[in-house]
Amino acid sequence: MLRFLITVIRRDLLLAARRKGDWLTSQFFFVMVVSMFPLGIGPEPEMLRRIAPGVVWVAALLASLLSLSRLFADDHRDGSLEQMLLSPEPPVLLALGKALAHWLIYGVPLLVIAPVLGLQFGLQADVIGVLMLSLLIGTPVLSLLGSVGAALTLGLRGGGVLLTLLILPLYVPALIFGAGAVDATLAGLGPEANLSLLAAFAMLTLMVAPWVTAAALRISIE
Amino acid sequence: MSFSIYKYASPMTFYGLAGKMIPWFSWGAAILAGLGLYIAFFMAPTDFQQGEAYRVIFIHVPAAWMSMFIYMVMAFWSAVGLAWNTRLSFMMSRALAPTGALFAFLSLWTGAMWGKPMWGAWWVWDARLTSSLVLFFLYVGIIALWSAIDDRRRGDKAGALLILVGAINVPIIYFSVKWWNTLHQGASVSLMQAPSMAAIMLMGMLVMAIAAWFYSIAVAMVRVRGIILERERQTEWVKELLEKN
Repeated sequence: MLRFLITVIRRDLLLAARRKGDWLTSQFFFVMVVSMFPLGIGPEPEMLRRIAPGVVWVAALLASLLSLSRLFADDHRDGSLEQMLLSPEPPVLLALGKALAHWLIYGVPLLVIAPVLGLQFGLQADVIGVLMLSLLIGTPVLSLLGSVGAALTLGLRGGGVLLTLLILPLYVPALIFGAGAVDATLAGLGPEANLSLLAAFAMLTLMVAPWVTAAALRISIE
Repeated sequence: MSFSIYKYASPMTFYGLAGKMIPWFSWGAAILAGLGLYIAFFMAPTDFQQGEAYRVIFIHVPAAWMSMFIYMVMAFWSAVGLAWNTRLSFMMSRALAPTGALFAFLSLWTGAMWGKPMWGAWWVWDARLTSSLVLFFLYVGIIALWSAIDDRRRGDKAGALLILVGAINVPIIYFSVKWWNTLHQGASVSLMQAPSMAAIMLMGMLVMAIAAWFYSIAVAMVRVRGIILERERQTEWVKELLEKN
């Protein structure tokens, strides 16, 4: 079973490595969305420091949604998704593997980019550390919950926008706790409470989301 | 003869039952709403803190209650439908969703009308307001998903799954928004600040709440009858029914 999971993840990583353009698009989207905010709001350092956590987090939500709409679509189009579902391996592992691969491909780079954006917004080193930590715990939630939406909207017209409509409300707790942890650090309170809650939410999604995704895939394929 | 509720799990028998229920519940809703509004406008005293404007709560509170309760009922029918694959369950949750969305919107709208004279702002990022807004977004997402899926069976099940995921998430959203609100120490106003309510005000609110219940049931029945006719149009009994009328 573990071998199946690893195979699914390795396959997606390999596919992403062969298509670097898609991968870069999503990362640049993240950078550009964040960079638009100072242009719209103004360059006052104090203000930018206040809004940085929220801006980075909202941009992370949008960037993950952008790539999620293709999570199952390519495999669905060439029929390999159906074959994988027909295999004797449990579909839950397929769903989990796909979500984890999505996190490795699109979530982890956000962690690496975030410190640079943090510097642009004038955050201190310790605040940037908390921002990275909150993204480390929070981005798996985005991939896992998003995979549910991607499976539900598989092959529908207007799938991308529809996915956003379905999934953004469900992201609210991750956004609040994730950005809240950074906010609390800025305010001089510890980030522990928010990070713990975020981790609890991540655990809950990890337990529930793969099953729901597997069920949604079966509904969408049949 | 044994009476069984399972009999009404069949769309054919339920169609008749729903038809019999509609007049009772619509007249009940109309009479109760009339009574409730009379209490609200003529019997309930003016609030000494909030003046006349507080009277909007007679609409607002029942609407907010209904928007949450209808979501729970939809989650219930979705679970039943996914577990036993009963056709009628999915039709019920489809019939309820627009009413739920309507009440969620109404509670936001009337909340804004109440907020302007009380707080001096149409919108405050209060925990209740924010979570009602998210609930409204959930309704919109579900309806959008249904309308995007042409295949009826897939739409039913996909919608049910989304409703259930939302139902797990709603309490988490509520508490996260609540804690977020205290962290930000924004508007520290709460709907529950009001001193204990006069009995007549509570009465008016409860009557209005029951009216909202009756209205929701009546409208859902009308809508579910339409859905049943549309889905069963190839069956014999629908053809007979249409020929008769």
